[in-house]
Amino acid sequence: MKPILEVKNLTMDFGGLRALDNLNLEVNEGEIVALIGPNGAGKTTFFNCITGIHPSTQGDMFISPPGKKSVRLNGLKPNRVTELGLARTFQNIRLFPNMTVLENVMIGRHCRMSAGIAGAIFRGPSTVKEEKNVVRDSYLILEKIGLTDFVNEFAMNLPYGAQRRLEIARAMATDPFLLLLDEPAAGMNPHETKDLDDLILSIRDNENISILLIEHDMKLVMSISDQIFVVDYGKKIAQGTPYEIKNNPAVIKAYLGEEIDA
Amino acid sequence: MKPFQEIKKSFLVSAWFMFLTFPIMVIRVNTVENMVEWRWKNMLLIGVGSFFLSFVWRYLIKRRDVGKKKIGIGKTQKTPLIQRIIKERRILVPTLILVSVFALVFPFIFSLYQTNIMITGLIYVMLGLGLNIVVGLAGLLDLGYVAFYAVGAYVYALLNHHFGLGFWAVLPIGAGVGAFFGILLGFPVLRLRGDYLAIVTLGFGEIIRLILENWNEFSFGPSGIANISRPSFFGIDFSVHNATIYIYYIMIGLVLFTIFVVNRLQDSRIGRAWIALREDEVACQAMGIDKRATKLTAFALGATWAGMAGVIFAAKTTFINPACFTIWESIIILCIVVLGGMGSIIGVIVGSLVLILLPEYLRAFSEYRMLIFGSVLVLMMVFRPGGIISDVRRTYHFEGLEKQ
Repeated sequence: MKPILEVKNLTMDFGGLRALDNLNLEVNEGEIVALIGPNGAGKTTFFNCITGIHPSTQGDMFISPPGKKSVRLNGLKPNRVTELGLARTFQNIRLFPNMTVLENVMIGRHCRMSAGIAGAIFRGPSTVKEEKNVVRDSYLILEKIGLTDFVNEFAMNLPYGAQRRLEIARAMATDPFLLLLDEPAAGMNPHETKDLDDLILSIRDNENISILLIEHDMKLVMSISDQIFVVDYGKKIAQGTPYEIKNNPAVIKAYLGEEIDA
Repeated sequence: MKPFQEIKKSFLVSAWFMFLTFPIMVIRVNTVENMVEWRWKNMLLIGVGSFFLSFVWRYLIKRRDVGKKKIGIGKTQKTPLIQRIIKERRILVPTLILVSVFALVFPFIFSLYQTNIMITGLIYVMLGLGLNIVVGLAGLLDLGYVAFYAVGAYVYALLNHHFGLGFWAVLPIGAGVGAFFGILLGFPVLRLRGDYLAIVTLGFGEIIRLILENWNEFSFGPSGIANISRPSFFGIDFSVHNATIYIYYIMIGLVLFTIFVVNRLQDSRIGRAWIALREDEVACQAMGIDKRATKLTAFALGATWAGMAGVIFAAKTTFINPACFTIWESIIILCIVVLGGMGSIIGVIVGSLVLILLPEYLRAFSEYRMLIFGSVLVLMMVFRPGGIISDVRRTYHFEGLEKQ
């Protein structure tokens, strides 16, 4: 079976700095794949390249949505990538602070709606129906994520953990087949991390959304991932199951440094 | 509270003010008698005045900070007084009826002069609501908004002058040309935001004005275009007095139309996309919103209203020249939006009426007009940064869903 995300020899240069160096990565349908590596290894840059925020210098990226033809991602605008079914969250939370929680999720539905200017002004039956549906769908998504208590609250007034979950809810609203989570557990306490763990698994199992995540919380990564990719200085240094990664000398070296024989 | 500390602070403030104003308030050179007058009384007044004002200022600041702390995480949004009035039907309905009756009989109670002022006020309501789309909702700081106003006015003036087209025929054309110019401005600034956007739009406004001023063959230069016809009613022309009343009612109708459309746009898929664009451009794109299309619709729809307002302005004054469309107009419209409350329709209406009508009625203080204007703006930004009536997002209820 074809992988739903296939990245071949991806290279990204910022001026003279090579942030990504010939990176290869694959995600198969139904997998939870983790991308780990020390700070500054290029993980977020990798996400930005896939989602079209940075134009990549070299390499090819393909997605094959289940049951659809595969598409080359190079050069596509971020909104096109999202329309194709690749949704993401951000490492530093990027919600719409002065919009309510429900509206934040409704924005996620934007690309699945069609009302134009005329529809907005005349509010014909199709627009009214669409609006009704989007409110209901967004509410149901919030229900799954467990944020219904905050529906009409401004996003900026939410507690930190809830903001992180709202980002996931908003991304899910775009109907993705692959969800890219950029450090979803950052700044969470162990209890919240445990909840997140369950949430990610339930998204995969109940919503049929595959997941590619960047994470520093090793407990989380090791417990839920099917496959782990390790990058350092923009290069892939290891790939495998959690067990293989734990015992890989190159990974240990990247994280802890080398022992010096005196 | 340390009273001694407070007094010391206020004393320093008053000393500083006395020092600052010393050259202008105390010394006066009498050139006729070659003498220097020392007006020590002024210094005393400033000293005492600033001493007490500094107390008031600190008290207000403290109150504001206390208010801020109180707003924490609650289950519901904090609704301001005005919003509560809007929700309360018992108060809202009579108020609306009162306002509409007042608006309807206005030209018959008050003089022609008053009606004229009111028309100007209503034109600015329309301009404010239009700019509110660009600045308040989409968050694109546009300092050249007056350009679209000028475009609308010149479209009517020129079409009327050369082809004798009437007001009603040109109104939609003015709106269309306004929208076209909005897109024209939109394209080059798609990649810009914040300060850079403001500078480019500022330049755009000036370019339009300079073209109108210098391209004599096209726009008749600084001498402008006179004898523009007033609106007619199915081919019937009115006297000046009746035409003014007629324009007043046209304006009421157009303002209601603007409110209706802007309100619907705000609560639609497009309106939400604008607000998302204002809140976070990167996240907005990552959520599948086409940044280009969203920005262009904001510019185009904002400019549409300015184009229409321009047509009415030309029809009302029957004479226009480039001097009517200076950067100052853009600033006033921007002040209306900011002072009234960005993104809030009622706020913009109140803002424009305050900013346009007050100067007219405060002609007695015209010397101090700019001083008052400036201090009101500063005070507003310190104590109510959200504007007179700030925007409250729509809330949704899920009675049916929650029970499941």
